[in-house]
Order: sequence, then C-alpha cells, then structure tokens
Amino acid sequence: MGNHSPKVALFITCLGDQFFPQVGEASVRVLRRAGASVTFNPAQTCCGQPAFNTGYREEAREVAIRNLDLFEDVDYVVAPSGSCTSMVRVFYPEIFADDPAVMQRVERLRGRFYEFSEFLVNVMKVEDLGASFPHRVAYHDACHLLRELHIENEPRKLIKAVKGVELVEMQDFKLCCGFGGTFSVKFPEVSVAMARDKVRAAMDTGAEYLVANDSGCLMHLEGYIRRERLPIQTLHLAELLDKHE
Amino acid sequence: MSETGVHSSEIHERAHKALGDAHLQEAYRSSTLRLYTHRLQAIGQVPGFEPLRDRARELKREVINHLDYYLAQFADNVERQGGKVHWARTGEDACNIIKQIVRNAGAKEVVKSKSMVGEEIELNQALEADGIEPVETDLGELIVQLAGERPAHIVAPAIHKTRHDVSELFVEKLHSDRTEDPEVLTAIARKALREMFARAGVGVTGANFAVAETGSIVLVENEGNIRLCSTAPRVHIAIVGIEKIIPRFDDLSVFLRLLGRSATGQKLTSYTSILTGPRRPGEDGPDEMHVVLMDNGRIRTLADEKMREALYCIRCGACLNACPVYRKIGGHAYGWVYSGPIGALVTPEFAGLGQARELPFASSLCGACREVCPVRINIPGLLLHLRGHVQDQHPLPPHMGEVVSEQKGMRLWAWAMKRPWAYSLAGAIARFGVRCLPGAGEGGVRKWIARLPVYPLSNWTEGRDFPAPDPVPFRKRWKKLSE
Repeated sequence: MGNHSPKVALFITCLGDQFFPQVGEASVRVLRRAGASVTFNPAQTCCGQPAFNTGYREEAREVAIRNLDLFEDVDYVVAPSGSCTSMVRVFYPEIFADDPAVMQRVERLRGRFYEFSEFLVNVMKVEDLGASFPHRVAYHDACHLLRELHIENEPRKLIKAVKGVELVEMQDFKLCCGFGGTFSVKFPEVSVAMARDKVRAAMDTGAEYLVANDSGCLMHLEGYIRRERLPIQTLHLAELLDKHE
Repeated sequence: MSETGVHSSEIHERAHKALGDAHLQEAYRSSTLRLYTHRLQAIGQVPGFEPLRDRARELKREVINHLDYYLAQFADNVERQGGKVHWARTGEDACNIIKQIVRNAGAKEVVKSKSMVGEEIELNQALEADGIEPVETDLGELIVQLAGERPAHIVAPAIHKTRHDVSELFVEKLHSDRTEDPEVLTAIARKALREMFARAGVGVTGANFAVAETGSIVLVENEGNIRLCSTAPRVHIAIVGIEKIIPRFDDLSVFLRLLGRSATGQKLTSYTSILTGPRRPGEDGPDEMHVVLMDNGRIRTLADEKMREALYCIRCGACLNACPVYRKIGGHAYGWVYSGPIGALVTPEFAGLGQARELPFASSLCGACREVCPVRINIPGLLLHLRGHVQDQHPLPPHMGEVVSEQKGMRLWAWAMKRPWAYSLAGAIARFGVRCLPGAGEGGVRKWIARLPVYPLSNWTEGRDFPAPDPVPFRKRWKKLSE
C-alpha cells in the first residue's frame, strides 16, 4: 500500500446502522488496525436490495442511484456485508444495464467496492489483526458472499489467525440459513425450518459461536436461537476480529 | 384419478403440510442428499467437467437463439427417415394429435414411459377420457399413477415415497404380498407391466434430446421400459418440447456425459436409445414413428430475451436436489408438474404467470441451484427477473393483516431511503414504538421482540424473535469514533 494509508469509506448498511451498530464500530476499529483511514458519509442509507429482491426494480434503482456519487473522494468503499456488496457489484450493473451513462458511474463505484473480509485479506494483505478469542466457532458462508462474490477462504483465513480460536466446519456448511431477504417473511415457516437445520448443524460441532459476515443471516439465526433459547451465540466476523479475550 | 390443473397458489398451505409431516421430511432429506452426494462423487471423477458445462451452455444458447432453423432441420430429417412430424401449439393440441394417432392405430391401451411433457399436458387424463387406458411403465411413475399423484421430482417421481409406502400401495392396488424388499417390489411391478408391453398397440415416450442433424430422438433411462415402449408396440409416439433440440449428433457426447452425472451420479444411464425413424424392412421396431413437437408456452418464453435461458434446461433435476427450499417443502408444494428451482421458473412461463405468481418468491435465492446446473442456468437471476414481472403484471393479493399494500410500502420505503432525514426519522419512530411495547423499559441491553403485530414483521415473529432497533444507531456513534 506504500506509505499513505488508504482512505476507506464505510458502507455501514441500513441493518448495521439501525440494528447492529456495534458491528460498524468493530469494523472501523479493525480497518484502522489494518492501516486504513476510515471515513463515514452520513448521507448513505440503504443499497436498495430489499426492493430489488422483491421485484420492485424502479424503487431499487431510485435508492441505488444515490449511492453512485456518495463515495467519489475515497480510495475504497467497504461494507461488512456480502449481500450489500453483491447488490453493488453484481446487481447494480443489472438494474442499470440499459442506461450507459449511469453504467459508467456504476463501474466507477463497483471497482472500488469491497466486502470487509476480502478487503482485509486481498487489498490490505493482512490476516492477523491481533485479536484473541479462546472459543470454538463455526463459520457460516452467507450465500451472496459465497456464490455471488465467491469469497470463502478470506473469512476463514481471518478467523484462523485469531489467537485461541478453534474454527470448525459444519455438516453441509454451504447450505443456506433460510434468511433470503423478503423470503424470510414471505415464507416464514420454510425460512425458520432452514434456520433450525443450520443452527442444529452448528451445535453439532460443539461450537459456542456461529460466525458470519452478514447481518441479515445473523439477525435471522439469532432470532431463532433466542426464540428457542439455544446454548449458542452469533457473532459478526468484524466483532470477532475485534475481540481481545 | 390424479390431480389436474395448476395449484401453485396453494404453495403456502402445501408447504405447511409438508413441513408438518416428519415421515415426508425424512424421505425428501435422505433422497435429495443421496442424489446430491452421488452427483458430487461422479463429477469429481471427470477431469474437465467444468469446461463441459460451458460447452453445453454454449450449445444450448446457439440452438435456442436459432430455434426456428434447428427445428425445421430436425423436422425435415425426421420425415426423411420415414417418421411423421406433428406440430402442437398447446397441450390440448398435443393431446388431440396423440388421441387421433391412437384411434387410427385402433389401440385401446397405451404404454407410456416417464415423460414430464406428458405430465404437463395431462395426457393420461386426456386418453382416459377417450376410453384409452394409459399405463405408466417407469417404476416411479407407476407408483405415483397408482397413488393418484403427480411426480414429486423431475427424475425421481416417487422420491417422496418410502419402501413402506410403496409396499402398502402395491398391496392395495396390485393385490401383491406385503414386502419391503425393493427387488421384490420391482419384480411385482415388472410382472404387471410385461403383459402390457406385449398387448399395447401404441407406446408413448418423451425425449431427452432431439438431434436436428439426424432427426433422431434420444432417450436415457435405467429400467429398460422406455426401450420397450418405443420398440415393442406397432406405433411409437414421441412427445417433445421444442426446446429439446440439439444441433448435431456429436453434441450428444457433451450432453450425455452431463445428464447422467448431474441427475443420479451415473456415468451413463443403463440404457441410451437413439431412435431414427421407424423400423426398416427386415428389422425390429415400430411400423410408425410419430414425433409431436410442442410449444405450450415455450415460444412465449423464447420471446423474453432474459427468460429464454430457462429453455436451456435438460431436466436433470440436480437443482431440486441442491435446493434447501425444495428439500423442505417437497415437489407437490409447487402445485404443478415441474418443481424445485426450475419449476419455479418454468411453471409461470408455461402455465401462465398469473396462476403461479407465488413461485418466483419461493426461493431464498441462495444460488445452490445455479452451482449444480449442468448448463449453468442463472436460476436465481431469472427468479429475480420474474419477481419483477409479477410486480408489474400480476401483483400478489393483499396479505391478511396488511396495513399498507406492499407496493405502497415499497414506494414509501424508497421515498424515505432517498432522504437521510426521513430515514433517520423512521428509525426514531421505530425506537419510540419499541419503547411502547410491553416489557420494554430497561435501557442499555439489546432487546429482542417476541411478537410484532403488523405484517410483514408479524410473519417474522411467528418463529423468531426480532431485534429492537439499537437505542443509538451507528451514525450517532460515528462522531465519538472519529475523535
């Protein structure tokens, strides 16, 4: 990276901002530890995915287009979410495909837009962030992260570098947890049945923590765990990398 | 008499029923897992499997983009080989054509091999209405026919039945002895079927591929019943969806290597039949070979440049086995003949979007289907595309307990998301609202809510707690962080 520390804008995500601000705080601290200079633009709201996911293309476009120019003065934009990153990198080009002028702006943004774990490992070239957490953790591959962005090794490298951590793999570890955006409320019973399988798989490993990079999956899994009062906790990857136990 | 019509709007009720049936859950879980694992093992042994998928996709793209040319070539070559080609615009047309051929042949009984297109057009019902007895000769298909059901899976119609279920069914319908030995059960079915092969005047099959270059129909199977259906009776009818065309004979080497491995994890199925015209003088085989080429919604799909990709499907069923939603709700929940991720795509296309508008939403869009699809159909991408069509053309009816319609809610949401002040205000209102909920009041600790009264959040809290918005959102914490 040379001598200057790269200027990174945090894309907090609406879920992170309103429901899980501690994930954002942890992300900022970890990014700084990795050598980035972090900024936050309070004009940001949402990436537009809820509308896109439900078939409301026009609404998705209206919300998405705001984000194209919010991050002009930074080197990188980093989001602690595979899903929101997929929205920008994979789905923005799709919803603006028929508008070449907008597509240019999309290209400018998506070339600099990174998910948290890939940014640390592939751009900042760090894996050990000095965290320590003497617990057994299972890592859940969020689907957008895994199948839209093809990020599966980066989070595992980061977790393995945490002092004291024991990373275990679940049976069927690539299986969806059942969140799926609005799927979670359109097909609640199926969604919950899928959460049950995922949480059971995590508990079968003896893990104390179920770690993922997406607040959507985590909200869904934790909601299920709390409802059933199960002896396992969820943790966002950024929070894990900020632990010093 | 088995189910007819499209019941996709009942998906919620049917899914609920399936989820509550532990026996069924276990049948789906174990069978899909077995097929999924077999596929993985099989493709692991083929170097260059991924480039093979690319090649297959490329071939399908070519043929679907130039379907007019290849269809005409295929039809010409069928006729050149002595076969007769029939064109059917709708399923009803196809049924009428087939009935006429059966009548002309003077047949009262028809042996059938498993055919998804046959299911699609409800051919059995059409034949029965005409006094013709259709006999399903595929073991799985026979099982669902006897049970009065539809196939629960594209390649394994009776995937939802355990040995015990089949035994009970055979005792009831075929008056056989009670046994759960699969070999004995198969022998019972075989005995019942053999006589039919000898008696039936007409055999009806589908087609896995139709080769334009040679006019050949290609059929793959494991039981030998398709070979009998297509060769023993005097007349053979193949009913073929127009998307089944492949350009050249050589291309079979691509598709045959993909199909068995993707479907069941087999290198090749036990039988591969390549049928080119009726029998030649001095040879065995049917005197007449009819090929019914059917549209039934496929041309409409072709007209949508994006959805066209759904026609690449070679019906291997791999996406069903990989799909976590299919594994839970089962094939019958989709309410028509095609189920799973590909069913959620083609049912709205072939049966009409208005009748199947729930289906594109019956997916968490996890992408496991795309990962296994031998022709790499971007199923989640197409489901998203269809969701757009649903909202534009056939918005879902209002949900019970809905305060504002989803459409208005989304407009309002977009309006607020474009205005950071409105977005923050919405957050503040939600925080205030949560404070008013019973049991709230202690500060500092993250609270999870057990029941929210308003749809869609009421659906969330059916089986999960919902997080209260954090008392201090990130944007208010940033100042302290940046000091």
